[in-house]
Amino acid sequence: MSAADGGGTTTLVVRVENKAGVLARVAGLFARRGFNIESLAVAPTDDERFSRLTIVVGVDAAPMEQVVKQLDKLVNVVDIRELNPSASVERELMMVTVRANPDIRGQILDLVRIFQATVLNVGYDEIMVSLTGSPSRVDDFEDLLRPYGIVDVQRTGKVALPKLVKAAPDPLAP
Amino acid sequence: MNMNGGQALMKALENEGVDILFGLPGGAILPVYDPLIDSSIRHVLVRHEQGAGHMAEGYAHATGRPGVAMVTSGPAATNIVTPLCDAYMDSIPMVVVTGQVPYAAIGTDAFQECDTTGITMSVTKHNYLVTEAADIPQVIHDAFYIATTGRPGPVLVDIPKDIVDPNNPRSAMEWYTPDSHDLPGYLPNQAGDAELIRQAAKLICEAERPVLYTGGGILKSRGAEALLELAEMTGIHVVTTLMNRGGFPDDHPLCLGMPGMHGNYTAVTAMQEADLLIALGARFDDRVTGKVGEFAPLAKIIHVDIDSAELGKVRRPDVAIQGDCRVVIEELVKALKEMGGSEAQPDRNQWRSRISGWQERFPLTYEQSKGDELLKPQYVLEQLRDSTPSDTIVASGVGQHQMWTSQYWKFNHPYTWVNSGGLGTMGFAIPAAIGAKAGRPDRMVWAVDGDGCFQMTAQELVTAATEGFPIKVALINNAYLGMVRQWQEMFYEERYSEVYLTRDVPDYKMWAEALGCVGLRVESPEEVGPAIAQANEIDDQPVVVEFRCEAEENVFPMVPAGMSNSDVVVDPSQRDQPR
Ligand SMILES: Cc1ncc(C[n+]2csc(CCOP(=O)(O)OP(=O)(O)O)c2C)c(N)n1
Ligand SMILES: [Mg+2]
Repeated sequence: MSAADGGGTTTLVVRVENKAGVLARVAGLFARRGFNIESLAVAPTDDERFSRLTIVVGVDAAPMEQVVKQLDKLVNVVDIRELNPSASVERELMMVTVRANPDIRGQILDLVRIFQATVLNVGYDEIMVSLTGSPSRVDDFEDLLRPYGIVDVQRTGKVALPKLVKAAPDPLAP
Repeated sequence: MNMNGGQALMKALENEGVDILFGLPGGAILPVYDPLIDSSIRHVLVRHEQGAGHMAEGYAHATGRPGVAMVTSGPAATNIVTPLCDAYMDSIPMVVVTGQVPYAAIGTDAFQECDTTGITMSVTKHNYLVTEAADIPQVIHDAFYIATTGRPGPVLVDIPKDIVDPNNPRSAMEWYTPDSHDLPGYLPNQAGDAELIRQAAKLICEAERPVLYTGGGILKSRGAEALLELAEMTGIHVVTTLMNRGGFPDDHPLCLGMPGMHGNYTAVTAMQEADLLIALGARFDDRVTGKVGEFAPLAKIIHVDIDSAELGKVRRPDVAIQGDCRVVIEELVKALKEMGGSEAQPDRNQWRSRISGWQERFPLTYEQSKGDELLKPQYVLEQLRDSTPSDTIVASGVGQHQMWTSQYWKFNHPYTWVNSGGLGTMGFAIPAAIGAKAGRPDRMVWAVDGDGCFQMTAQELVTAATEGFPIKVALINNAYLGMVRQWQEMFYEERYSEVYLTRDVPDYKMWAEALGCVGLRVESPEEVGPAIAQANEIDDQPVVVEFRCEAEENVFPMVPAGMSNSDVVVDPSQRDQPR
């Protein structure tokens, strides 16, 4: 099942041992079921023994339950957090090169300003900008740039952390 | 102590208590076969690497200790993939060491290179590609730990040639004895949650029609005694799946035998009618449940398993307890005792009489052969069962003969049944029987094999003959790939397609003799007993007894694939009985 035919998406944050072959083991569990990984971000953690994978799969939480349990069984997987989009802060980075003849460069710079994006590089008739934001904000920015002609685009895939507790602790609680 | 990686590997295996290795050498593993000469570990030279893997499995089945196999790279590694998958499906503790091309040559399509860890990733509990000689002691220590703890399974260790080759400086290392495991992602848990165990006990005390649905986890956890206590205290009947035959004695009045596709009518029906299934180390396999949506529709479920991924995988349990079967059963018994023990169990007389009614109306049955008809396989198995010691270890292949063996044998001791359940691997019987005999030389070991299966791994009888494993083989020659023939008869309108093996080719008696065994041939019922007696007497050579059996015999009862267990098809002679 894919997100397109009615299912949602699930975001998993998986802490794994920082060893050769671990990514293949994790990816294999999705592959054998025909689950497509929509995005994947891998990075070391503050503890060099571990890496963190942020995996977005186009599958609902229910069919994912079994995969998560089997993922957890992998010897190199240390822990797994399933992140509900409404209870987490998500960020993604996009770098994009857009066609920008000198006469329309100003329009693009307007968008850059509105989205608080960053100009990284300017060519004679192209401009390279980057934006960090929630995946949907990055989608919006990309959609608005598209009519100008996107030459090249790279997105990192999202990373996420759970939202923090807002209410202060009750001072009377034991 | 300075040594090379090959010596370290042998020393590491010795330190894990390995007494026997099943294997076959070749280029990449050659350097390890040299220190093997000086090792205390016995090596059994197999004739095909698949045999080494199944021998290691048979050894593990019979002893509970991990079986160990060692083979070279490339084709040898691929030859052992089937046993790895088999062990993975049946949770058999096994460690396989494979040779690999030198580290620097990996990925270059070197001679006899294959991506062994990639190929075996999904059929092992874990695998390792060792890149430094210094890692060998720790990896071997971890491999045995992973194979034998939690839900047991196969672990493969792939070793590049350069790190074990004394002529290569990369093999030099300093020996150390690892005293711990650095496995932050692997923390197997034994104990079950006390509150959940209390809830389970409460459900048991309320149930009017409970059934203990017991699987391989009973044997893996060495929980047979605990199960006996639980069953006797509560008076609850026990079904033993194909993987738990022997985990509860067949001659016990509470034993209903095997459930599932070819299970006893009573075992199948009691589960269908139950109001509580207490699943202990069982995994709701499709061969047990039939059509899942119609399986045990009235039953609440208590599910105990060491592997939390099994809980809720097929059927959502009412109480799910992650933990070792034996530990949880012992806690459950305690909790039940606190609630009043057998006194607290409701009156289940009505349920008991329904069960005995089914047992009376639908016993296992077959029609004896008449006149010059060939032997009935069921008759052969009854005779074999009745003329061998009760602690005989029985290994089987896959097919009709396997189901008849499970049905007709009386398993009264744990670890006497060695079979391929989850993968259903034809050819398992002979090598697995050899492994079992290697682990339990004190026991009589019979392999019950089909003619199709026999032709897949018969060459290992040479191993048995030359290495001194006097196993006995009851070859059920029905001239067919019988199980497939049965499906074609029942579900493909008797359109038989590629299932006839021929009756006389090969000549099994001559073949057995050529393989270094005693070969016997039995054609009539009167010869069965004497031939078995003769085979039982021979203890210095393997024996093959070919039983020439009816081709048309079918296995009943049968729940056709995908059908509900309520639609179980019984033996033709019982079809008029009221259900
Ligand atoms: C390796 C393998 N190939 C194919 C099958 C499918 N299969 C299951 S039972 C069976 C027939 C087995 O024939 P035989 O060993 O003669 O046993 P019988 O059923 O006649 O007792 C076959 C082909 C299998 N289980 N394993
Ligand atoms: Mg046959």
